[in-house]
Amino acid sequence: MVFRLSRWAVALPVALALGLSGCGSGATSPASEAASGGDAKEVTVFAAASLTGTFTELGKAFEAAHPGTTVRFNFGSSATLAQQLVQGAPADVFAAASPATMKTVTDAALAGAPVTFVRNKLRIAVPADNPAQVDELKDLADPEVKVALCAEQVPCGAAAARALAAAGLKVTPVTLEQDVKATLTKVRLGEVDAALVYATDVIASDGKVTGIEFPEADQAINDYPIATLAKAPAGEAARQFVDLVLSRQGRDVLTEAGFEAP
Amino acid sequence: MSSSAPERLDLPGPRREVSGRLPWMLVLPAVAGLVFLVLPLAGLLIRAPWPTLLERLAEPQVLEALRLSLVSATVATVVCLLLGVPLAWLLARVEFPGRRLVRALVTVPLVLPPVVGGVALLLVLGRRGLVGQWLEASFGITLPFTTAGVIVAEAFVAMPFLVISVEGALRGADRRFEEAAATLGASRWTVFRRVTLPMVMPGVVAGAVLCWARALGEFGATITFAGNFPGTTRTMPLAVYLALETEPEAAIVLSLVLLAVSVVILASLRDRWVSAP
Repeated sequence: MVFRLSRWAVALPVALALGLSGCGSGATSPASEAASGGDAKEVTVFAAASLTGTFTELGKAFEAAHPGTTVRFNFGSSATLAQQLVQGAPADVFAAASPATMKTVTDAALAGAPVTFVRNKLRIAVPADNPAQVDELKDLADPEVKVALCAEQVPCGAAAARALAAAGLKVTPVTLEQDVKATLTKVRLGEVDAALVYATDVIASDGKVTGIEFPEADQAINDYPIATLAKAPAGEAARQFVDLVLSRQGRDVLTEAGFEAP
Repeated sequence: MSSSAPERLDLPGPRREVSGRLPWMLVLPAVAGLVFLVLPLAGLLIRAPWPTLLERLAEPQVLEALRLSLVSATVATVVCLLLGVPLAWLLARVEFPGRRLVRALVTVPLVLPPVVGGVALLLVLGRRGLVGQWLEASFGITLPFTTAGVIVAEAFVAMPFLVISVEGALRGADRRFEEAAATLGASRWTVFRRVTLPMVMPGVVAGAVLCWARALGEFGATITFAGNFPGTTRTMPLAVYLALETEPEAAIVLSLVLLAVSVVILASLRDRWVSAP
């Protein structure tokens, strides 16, 4: 009897762990070759991680307006996406979280002229109970306050560096995270007392994180450019998707999530 | 204790080769397997920015990350040895209810994506974690964002390699030597120390080498649990990932350094310690 039980007990955690490993790496699967020709069209959009919620919604709207066309997304760090595009990943549209990452792609003559479609401002994010009682940017310079920032190589980190420089502050973070979502996670779990993230991330956190506005954020506004790619397999449909993002409807969805109109 | 690797038996007379033609059914997939494993390495070598290599290597951040990687992987291996060898002994030599379950649990970090492992560590050892909360309140110790945190993350991911290797060696070892020692009056601790451990030493060394290599390459659990800050938690794999964001060439250089160091160390250890039968 004991034998039977233990056999099941062995199988369960293993099965669980296998299940978990299955969902570990879904985020960055490269877009497959879009099926060209015929009526069934596919638009492949590479977009910054901070656009996950809004672009998914716009993708559904696009599919509803263009029956037979599907929109596939590859969300990730803008810099990683730009590298994937330079390495030849097939895509139709690229929406980046900074002009610098877009420039990597336009410099390689892979995309048409980019258009700024939204801007995102930084906020100080603190855990809901704000244990270190942070309420302005200079509180982050206190050595007692544990701060997480994005690494300077990624757009949110570059913006944070600009804001801190504008304020004349020297902040020593405990960690430089790879992307803004990872930075936000450290705040959500209460591992750090404060972090600099985008206003949209604070809104997306559903009250688990409190956002504090600060005046120096105006010096570090991030422009989000969007462009169709030169070799867009979807052709016209790619342009139509960009038009949707730039339309009134697109702007409403984006501003509701905390983005600002350019 | 001194002669750890079992010496090869040399049979008198000319060794008899297995005659006949090479079995292509084995050789072809073997060569394909080798090419598959080595080709990505060749890719790194071909695309490496050789003209600027030295200049890039001399950057202080590279040496800092390399030093941190070597130190933390080595300390993590020591931690794994201190905890993992007794654990392997327990699994191989002591009958207790639920042993099969425990054995399965030991391998969980192998199948768990390291990032999930890092989140699990945060939930237990983080500042607001189950144990971490108490650690901070009682001793003022916080593990995340420290080098100790890197070691914890690496040991968590790498320990199963050591345990499985040592347990396999223990199961394969001839128990009659242990029984003989016990009949001659040796205590269980003495038997372990003077008979069992020397017998399974090749397995322990092989396990430690695997464990060290895994710890050296650890990425997901480290970046999740320990964060990413130069000098304290940014190990080589983290530096490679960050460099990949903006400067793929720098990432290639860093990867080459990590590869070169690990290949040199592993190859020299293998010749010295791990007997290939």
